Amino acid sequence: MTMATAATPAIGSSPSVSVPVARHATADTRGLVEKVTIRNLDFFYGDTRALKSISLPLYANKATAFIGPSGCGKSTLLRILNRMYDLYPNQRATGEVSFDGEDILSPKQDLNLLRARIGMVFQKPTPFPMSIYENIAFGVRLYEKLARAELDARVESALRRAALWEEVKDKLASNGLSLSGGQQQRLCIARTVAVKPEVILFDEPCSALDPISTAKIEELIDELKKDYTIVIVTHNMQQAARVSDFTAFMYLGTLVEFGPTQMIFTSPKDQRTQDYITGRFG
Amino acid sequence: MAVTTPAASNKLYVRRRRRNGLMVSLAYAATGFGVGWLVLILAVLLWEGFNGISLKVFTEMTPPPGSDGGLLNPIVGSLIMTGLAVLIGTPIGILAGTYMAEYGRYGRLTSVVRFINDILLSAPSIVIGLFVYEVMVAPMGHFSGIAGAVALAVIVIPVVVRTTEDMLLLVPNALREAAAALGLPRAFIVRRIAYRAARAGIITGVLLAVARISGETAPLLFTALNNQFWSTNLNAPMSSLPTVIFQFALSPYADWQKLAWTGALIITATVLALSIIARALTASRKTS
Repeated sequence: MTMATAATPAIGSSPSVSVPVARHATADTRGLVEKVTIRNLDFFYGDTRALKSISLPLYANKATAFIGPSGCGKSTLLRILNRMYDLYPNQRATGEVSFDGEDILSPKQDLNLLRARIGMVFQKPTPFPMSIYENIAFGVRLYEKLARAELDARVESALRRAALWEEVKDKLASNGLSLSGGQQQRLCIARTVAVKPEVILFDEPCSALDPISTAKIEELIDELKKDYTIVIVTHNMQQAARVSDFTAFMYLGTLVEFGPTQMIFTSPKDQRTQDYITGRFG
Repeated sequence: MAVTTPAASNKLYVRRRRRNGLMVSLAYAATGFGVGWLVLILAVLLWEGFNGISLKVFTEMTPPPGSDGGLLNPIVGSLIMTGLAVLIGTPIGILAGTYMAEYGRYGRLTSVVRFINDILLSAPSIVIGLFVYEVMVAPMGHFSGIAGAVALAVIVIPVVVRTTEDMLLLVPNALREAAAALGLPRAFIVRRIAYRAARAGIITGVLLAVARISGETAPLLFTALNNQFWSTNLNAPMSSLPTVIFQFALSPYADWQKLAWTGALIITATVLALSIIARALTASRKTS
């Protein structure tokens, strides 16, 4: 392994609130693959320019956190990556977002295929009004024709990946809405994982959850990094420090600073980043 | 501890209490007045209606004055025309409501359609009757059951459009986004997620539409007219409960009047049952 991976090991295991101590980290990204590359991205809500020429890479099998005060555009940026903004009128993005060399913003982009490859987990758990089993099987059936046994296996493995299997294996037929908030969120992660995406976007996945559920989800994200590229928007700086390898600090629609999480939290180059992570505003 | 209140504010307080008492009694009186009439209507209806109810009502045809008979042909006629109206109106209403809530939500066409639909919703039913008379009865040259069903369908559509749109708008966008995020096509999201989440509400809307048309008289007078005899021919005049009530209640014959009361009871009981089912559905939606 290269130095890039060595730059981050302490973060996931640090249980306390304090920011990990720097071990002379440098922005070494050798050996990392750019899964998604964002270049000169602007975003408009009507006439309001919500994002201003954002450029940053998202590395494969790494977790990248977007942090910043409310309204800085971090969720907006996340929702561009799967073109979620396309559901609404008067919202448009200009610039370039390439995903394995393919331009996401191209009008020719098939949105359904794109979203099957770039999954998303939302702030509030959103189980579908159907059984736990169906919640997961639903999306899978759309793109794959599986025999019953295969589908069962897929549902089980997705639930296992989301650390939910043990809690629900005896009640797969009961309604997804009957689960607790934390369980519902893990169900949503299972649902996303089941369609085998390449990238998973997390939009403040823990902000509606209690600390124990939050810890479980964070563990899960750490686990999912092995197979997926993770992007997480969070208000919680400790969470960013715990789960991410890279951090982008955004402010008023601009990307102020991007780098290895450890560097952002210990030796930020920009005064605004420094002020935000030390809690002086935000 | 003695509370010393300034005399002025004490007076103020007394006056406020008096005014409050007055307003509360006015509210009670108004409620009592409104509910009183309703109770009176229902009591007379139950009394007169049950007086005439017997098995014959459901097995025999409407009689000529002075002889025995029942309400079988109007009951069947009402069932046929109401059923047909729901069959015609529900798909149109649900599809239009779906367009407005799911596809054209932000479009100008939707606001125009919604505005027109609201007008149609409160259009006097006699206007609808006249309209169908002009477009169907006059060209055909005679009254018919199908024209009656179409007139009722025109009343069903705006009710179903409105409830479908409202219920789909209540489905949280987060659910649609979550479905879209899995790569589900729009049509799938609508059919499999939004309809499922709004199902109870949409069914409630259809039931309310049935309740609404089951008492409609004016549109039927211009379209299906009435029929003294047994007929299930949609191309001929067809009997219905409201028109029979209208005809029999206005007649000078005591036995016809009695049947009119019974018919009114049947309609009221049906509407009541539909409302209760609709309420139960809405309640179960809220708790699930």
